[in-house]
Amino acid sequence: MKSTRLIWLVVGLVALVAIFIGSLGIGAKSLPLQVVIDSLLGRDTGPDGTIILQSRLPRALIGLFGGAALGISGALMQTLTRNPLADPGIVGVNAGAGLAVTLGFAFAGISQPHVLFAYSFAGALTTALLVHLISIKGVAKPDPVRFILAGLAVGAMMSGVSSGIALLQPAVFNRMRFWMAGSLDVGDLTLVLAAIPIICVGCIIAFVLARPLNALEMGDDMAASLGTNPLKTQTATLLTVALLSGTVTAVAGPIGFVGLMIPYIARWVVGPDLRWMLPFSFLYAPILLLCSDIAGRLIVAGELRVSIVTAFIGAPVLILLARGNSTARTALQ
Amino acid sequence: MLSNRKILIGNMDGRFNLRLQLRHIIISIVLAIMALILAIFVLGLGTLPLSFADTLSALSGRADPRIAMIVLDWRLPRIILALILGAALGMSGAIFQSLIRNPLGSPDIIGFNTGAYTGVLVTIVLFHGDNVTITLGALGGGLATAIMVYVLSWRQGIQGFRLIMIGIAVSAMLTAFNMWLMITGSLETVMSAALWGAGSLNGMTWTKAVPSAIACMVGMFFCLGLARRVRMMEMGDDMAGALGLPVGSTRLWLMVVGVMLVAAATAATGPIVFIALAAPQIAQRLCRTRSMTLVASACTGALLLLGADAVAQHVFSPFSLPVGIVTVSIGGLYMLWLLIRDAS
Repeated sequence: MKSTRLIWLVVGLVALVAIFIGSLGIGAKSLPLQVVIDSLLGRDTGPDGTIILQSRLPRALIGLFGGAALGISGALMQTLTRNPLADPGIVGVNAGAGLAVTLGFAFAGISQPHVLFAYSFAGALTTALLVHLISIKGVAKPDPVRFILAGLAVGAMMSGVSSGIALLQPAVFNRMRFWMAGSLDVGDLTLVLAAIPIICVGCIIAFVLARPLNALEMGDDMAASLGTNPLKTQTATLLTVALLSGTVTAVAGPIGFVGLMIPYIARWVVGPDLRWMLPFSFLYAPILLLCSDIAGRLIVAGELRVSIVTAFIGAPVLILLARGNSTARTALQ
Repeated sequence: MLSNRKILIGNMDGRFNLRLQLRHIIISIVLAIMALILAIFVLGLGTLPLSFADTLSALSGRADPRIAMIVLDWRLPRIILALILGAALGMSGAIFQSLIRNPLGSPDIIGFNTGAYTGVLVTIVLFHGDNVTITLGALGGGLATAIMVYVLSWRQGIQGFRLIMIGIAVSAMLTAFNMWLMITGSLETVMSAALWGAGSLNGMTWTKAVPSAIACMVGMFFCLGLARRVRMMEMGDDMAGALGLPVGSTRLWLMVVGVMLVAAATAATGPIVFIALAAPQIAQRLCRTRSMTLVASACTGALLLLGADAVAQHVFSPFSLPVGIVTVSIGGLYMLWLLIRDAS
């Protein structure tokens, strides 16, 4: 079992490196490997080098780190809530970021990418904190179902308010419809470079949390006797999820389904142990995201946004799994 | 004390009998009366405010013809439709939550609303359809999606969890497709689609209201005929089967009627979310029962939709918001209140 898991991880790593390089070369103008390497090393200062450094590198980097962040936060959410249907979006990051951005568009006239990033990041984190506080208010120990319901309710309200504002103001609506369809084509390397350290810190915390979360899955009493404090673990996990997925939303906009589907498959392939689920999700979520991004560039001339392609690639897999053999079904339940 | 008392209509051993809990009846009647009073109050609201007495006299045909026209032709269709659709959505929600045995189960679990929205976006963005084709697009999209989810979930029978999973996957794909249509269309067409997609009773007339209202009434009538089966299904498939209920076909019929109710409502107004989710939960708590109560859910749904529509139409004047946005916000607040109350 352990060697199969290792093989999955090695295959994932090799595939990820190949796809990362591929995503630098493939596009409206396909570039050979040599040009890609030259421009990364700064030896190609021609137009090809500019395309790679200014357009494709930020895109590939956010695909890599953003995908990892979504996969990791999805794995944390599913383990914490003991619910295979929990998406990182359930902490309210997408709805919160959406409301903040709508308010920014409608009342502050924001337009600069880094201001947008700040609004969306602040909205995501504030909402996640609000959901967490509501879910733990007045209860002795954290309850996953309460948390999911609180997330759903807060998310529904916030998206109701933002669509109300957007529907009354066509200009805001016009900008929101593009923001809502998350895209890796951010075109701003500084923003991506600002996001990468945050994501790295989040991932490290996630790996530290793997052991207490594993203990928590055995039940609160068991966890307590193993020296894990359920409330502290839940708080730390939720903040990490909010940090990771909130950062991705702030840079690229909402991207659904990756954080739901990859941890799901991870549980099926490597088992429920988070110490294996996390690395699997860390490698395979960016693979799905980068592949979807590449496919989006190739399918139609004008490019399809990645948040649209992921569902089209991922959903059939999910349907096959849900209909599939008994092993897959047990893993799904 | 109240909840234990039961009323029996007909002979206990007879072919037809009706066993009712007094509490359900009282709660349902109280809710219905509240909805009626709210309806008359809302009829008086608008650019020409009318008193309660004026509205009543207009309804009984004793008022000035101009006032009668405002009340009967302009305001009444909207109010009547809000009541009937609210009831239909509440009842359909109760059926689905009972079928899936999950408080988060709603008719949209089988993707009806998402599919209906796809149908509308396609007719508006790609074919520039008029009102009739938009309605047909909504119905076609919604029904096709519901059938697709059902067929994909079929594997020697329908199992709840598989249905949910496949519903989520199909909805995710359709949502992605909708998003793509939203960013490719022109702002004007997409915005009219989005206004439809938010669910709205704005500009309701008798000609638009009557077909949906009739379809909803017929659907609710069928539902009441199936009410006993709903209660038996809640005991579990094995138990219901042992009591002589054809489980598979009952489940199919309940889904068909549930989807029919949502379809009729959606055709008139666009998808109005959250009523189907919240009304059965509220009714359940009011009746202090663990099983789903169809009539009380319907009354709660009617009251909720009418109230939300009054807020959508009058609170933010001169703007009138789509009612779907208000139901989401109010429903969300209500759910939070329930959570916080349950904790303390």
